Amino acid sequence: MAFLELKNVGKHFGTTEVLRDIDLSIEQGEFVAIVGFSGSGKTTLISLIAGLLQPDEGTITLNDLEISAPGPDRGIVFQNYSLLPWLTAFENVLLAVEQAFPNWSAAKKRQHTEKYLALVNLSPARDRKPGELSGGMKQRVAVARALALEPQILLLDEPLSALDALTRATLQEEISRIREETRKTVVLITNDPDEGIYLADRIIPLTAGPGATLGPSFRVDIPHPRDRKSINHHAQFKTMRRGIGDFLLGSRREHHQFATRKLILPQIEPEDLSLPRPMGRRRPVRPKEIQRELIELE
Amino acid sequence: MKPSFLKKMDGILLPLLGLGIVLAIWAGFSATWAKELPSPLKTWESSKSYILEPFAKRGEMDQGILRFTWYSLVLVAKGYALALLIGTPIGFLLGVSKSFTKTFDPIIQVLRPVSPLAWLPLGLVLFLSFGKQASEMGALFTIAVCSMWPTVLNTAVGVRAVPQDYLNVARVLKLSRSRTLCKVLIPATLPYMFTGFRLSLGIAWLVIVAAEMLTGRPGVGGFLWQEYNALIYEHIILCIVTIGLVGFVLDRMMSVVERRFKTG
Repeated sequence: MAFLELKNVGKHFGTTEVLRDIDLSIEQGEFVAIVGFSGSGKTTLISLIAGLLQPDEGTITLNDLEISAPGPDRGIVFQNYSLLPWLTAFENVLLAVEQAFPNWSAAKKRQHTEKYLALVNLSPARDRKPGELSGGMKQRVAVARALALEPQILLLDEPLSALDALTRATLQEEISRIREETRKTVVLITNDPDEGIYLADRIIPLTAGPGATLGPSFRVDIPHPRDRKSINHHAQFKTMRRGIGDFLLGSRREHHQFATRKLILPQIEPEDLSLPRPMGRRRPVRPKEIQRELIELE
Repeated sequence: MKPSFLKKMDGILLPLLGLGIVLAIWAGFSATWAKELPSPLKTWESSKSYILEPFAKRGEMDQGILRFTWYSLVLVAKGYALALLIGTPIGFLLGVSKSFTKTFDPIIQVLRPVSPLAWLPLGLVLFLSFGKQASEMGALFTIAVCSMWPTVLNTAVGVRAVPQDYLNVARVLKLSRSRTLCKVLIPATLPYMFTGFRLSLGIAWLVIVAAEMLTGRPGVGGFLWQEYNALIYEHIILCIVTIGLVGFVLDRMMSVVERRFKTG
């Protein structure tokens, strides 16, 4: 029995089938990247593993235990950081530590929190609030929070897609380093095949939705730590890149292609104008500002 | 282009101009068709002693204007505190529970537009058994009932608008219900709550005047009503100006507090 096992998992929202026949087994210590188009159901898949959603068909087991609810044995890093803006970086991580290890002494909890902030190189910014951190720093806090739970598996839901290219490359290196240090089992969701090839041991494409399912695995045999420059010239890199690309494009041609896209609409409700607005700080997006739009893929 | 010194004076000169225009209209009315309306000058002459000795106490209903204001503020503070203590939890329940909303929302929507003048007699009847304290209890009841609605509704809206991301964090970390409330729901709702608190304070101050007029308690409203009955119309204007200024100051104070929570 594999460490994380998904058997015949399916999920639909209303009448739309999002995922079907998902079979996936991941061994302990493995780093698996799942690559797919926007809107193909990648986030739904990781929410199922996290336990935030329940599958309509099939079963998901971690260490032979069925997953039915979220829990600190799975550390998840969300695409949009999901830090609590009224807590400092330190307090955000500490909150997770307090929940995961309620029996520890206060000093031990603080020490544990410091350790993981240091692991993501964020100790100097520990007392800043998320609003005062850059996107890359916020994502580091989110990674520290997930790792501080000492989870059995780390789930990364497009953790770098909101970042600029340079920050993205830096954080990819950090993730690679942290992974080498902790030897955690990792599931990475991404829309960038190159990111998958750089980081993962195995890459699995997710076909375009609706009714998305997993394609064949591509094993990456390039040894760690990988060098970004030389990897481009590695023979396997090119064939694999083409293979994944061809598979994804092929899957898209099979059905007539539509996908839903997340749109963030501007807030048009009147607010109190007599209060000065702080510049440059955006409040969190309210649920009703997020709409879904159906787009046709070329 | 205007000379720059004129521009700088705009902030002071234009409000003064506005004040002058209003005073001129007032003086015009009292000089022409509204003979009973005291002129600005007469109002000042007659009110001088109340303003220059703001804390004097010459009799139960003959006291300095700030002393009256103080009585009113104390009563408002009590009623307002009561409104927040009752209104905030109700708002949270409305925001969190759909069945609670379905049960009580219709009643709230019906009770919300009822005027303070209508609540006060009911309040007096309700606390009839308290004897001498009935009028104070009735006034408190009226202030609380009328001013809690903005707090209730804003808190409910705020709770419903808590981003799903934050709730996901609470679920992944397995926060207990009480910890979710303290660590996630309340901090995320605070900006909305404080908008509600500010609007509630405005209403509480509106209600106090009506409550004092009807119960005859010493305070700005009670004084206003007594001087109307005593045909000293100058003091009515004094009271109106005082009520307006105090309300303005209260609102400014609350919006300073509110702003702290908006940026935080």
